[in-house]
Amino acid sequence: MIRLMDVFKEYDNGTKALKGINLRIDDGEFVFLVGPSGSGKSTIIKLLTAEVSATQGRVMVNGYNLNNIRQWQIPYMRRTLGVIFQDFRLIEKKTVRSNLEFVMRIIGASPREMRRRIPYVLDLVGLGDKADVYPNEMSGGEQQRVAIARALINNPQMIIADEPTGNLDPQRSLEIMTLLERINSMGTTMLVVTHEKELVNRFSKRVVAIQNGELASDERGGYYQYEKSV
Amino acid sequence: MSGGAIISMKNRFNFGYFITEGFRSIFAHGLMSFAAVCMIVACLLIMGSFSLVAINAERMLSQAEDDNEFLAFIDETYTDAQIRQLQQQVAAVDNVASVNFVTREEAKENYLGDYEDEGLYANIPDEVFRDRLSIHVVDLEQFGQTVAAVEALPGVAGIRAMGELAQGFVTVRNVASAIALALVAILAAVSLFIISNTIRLATFARREEIAIMKMCGATNSFVRWPFAFEGLMLGLAGAVIAFFLQWGIYAAIYRAVVANGAIGMFPLLSFGAIWAPVLGVFLLAGALIGACGSGFAIRRFLQV
Repeated sequence: MIRLMDVFKEYDNGTKALKGINLRIDDGEFVFLVGPSGSGKSTIIKLLTAEVSATQGRVMVNGYNLNNIRQWQIPYMRRTLGVIFQDFRLIEKKTVRSNLEFVMRIIGASPREMRRRIPYVLDLVGLGDKADVYPNEMSGGEQQRVAIARALINNPQMIIADEPTGNLDPQRSLEIMTLLERINSMGTTMLVVTHEKELVNRFSKRVVAIQNGELASDERGGYYQYEKSV
Repeated sequence: MSGGAIISMKNRFNFGYFITEGFRSIFAHGLMSFAAVCMIVACLLIMGSFSLVAINAERMLSQAEDDNEFLAFIDETYTDAQIRQLQQQVAAVDNVASVNFVTREEAKENYLGDYEDEGLYANIPDEVFRDRLSIHVVDLEQFGQTVAAVEALPGVAGIRAMGELAQGFVTVRNVASAIALALVAILAAVSLFIISNTIRLATFARREEIAIMKMCGATNSFVRWPFAFEGLMLGLAGAVIAFFLQWGIYAAIYRAVVANGAIGMFPLLSFGAIWAPVLGVFLLAGALIGACGSGFAIRRFLQV
């Protein structure tokens, strides 16, 4: 569960990125976070992953209070999250399997656990036959599936996807979003930052719009509407 | 979503993984690793050489201290009672270890005993020799002051002391120790800098990996260990190479001293007698330099 309570964020250079954001995302929800560039979406992601801390207000993520979280607790908080990036951020010199092993090793998974879990997750994202392929031998859509598999591999409570379809054509984007929806239906909370109007409208999920660091709208079964107010 | 397995989330110390990653990184930046090992070898070799000079000088010094004596000749007019009193006065002087009274007859016997053909000197009359006090000192560094203090006592007619040799050993030991200390400090700093840069290069090349690891919940120690092992292995490799080079150099010098028949004058320790502490110190110093170097380098990459 995520809770942002009256959160302000001002960077050292004086930029006021967030101005009193209130947001609650419950376990199992699927939420689109939309808004124009510079609206504060990335700052919210950084707050949730503890890359930056709030200037004012409270931030709770999966039971961790990030206002007074200790440095040594941050890795354990991050293990409750799976993060997906627009540019995939896969390790090019490792095979798909090695990319996943790499992440499982971080949490101390045994080789036996890796042997059982990796084929399961690869099958889930439709890459069961690609375990020994290198990322640069794959299409963009496949690479993003690997990134999704990596986010899922340690069984997080929530997935945060930052523009997951930003580098993909419409057909691949739809496939990826459908996959994320399927994962959400299995119980994983999903927060997807996106600019893809058609996708947001098509999936008819909860849509949270941010503009100028403030919450512009928050609608269940909503659609992509911040353009209307621009 | 927990199909396939239940994830343990234990903080297992994955020794095999850390070692493998450390090795991989060493060979990925072969040239820098080579430079780092060379610097450690140079550092340890210079430290070792000067330390061995200092150790041998110290040994010769302590042998000289064991043998070292000087003679205080007693005024001819002194009676037995006055000699006993003088002996007590000398014994009370600072840094005097022991005082023995040697009569002129005993002095003659000792003198003749030093020569194979005693007959040549057998007719020397006892009067040529003088009653004397044979004095041993505790610390050779204070040899000069001790001699002067004894010489100033009434009843001491003269002194015979060989202080130059003792002072020479003291000088060699002190200079070697000082040079070793200064060079070790400088070279250790340079080695640290080079190791640190080697590891920094490795961390820079893997910055994306580190960022991913941190984002996926890697603890700082999990990120740090492979680099610590890399530094450690570079340090230990340098230490082992330096040890064998040191062995070769020292053995060559030892053989040269023995071949020249100078071992009596310079009783060097054989390398066999000191290899274990030398290896221990080299390994310790190498490991320390390596681990500290990597520690300095990795710190800033953990701020994710």
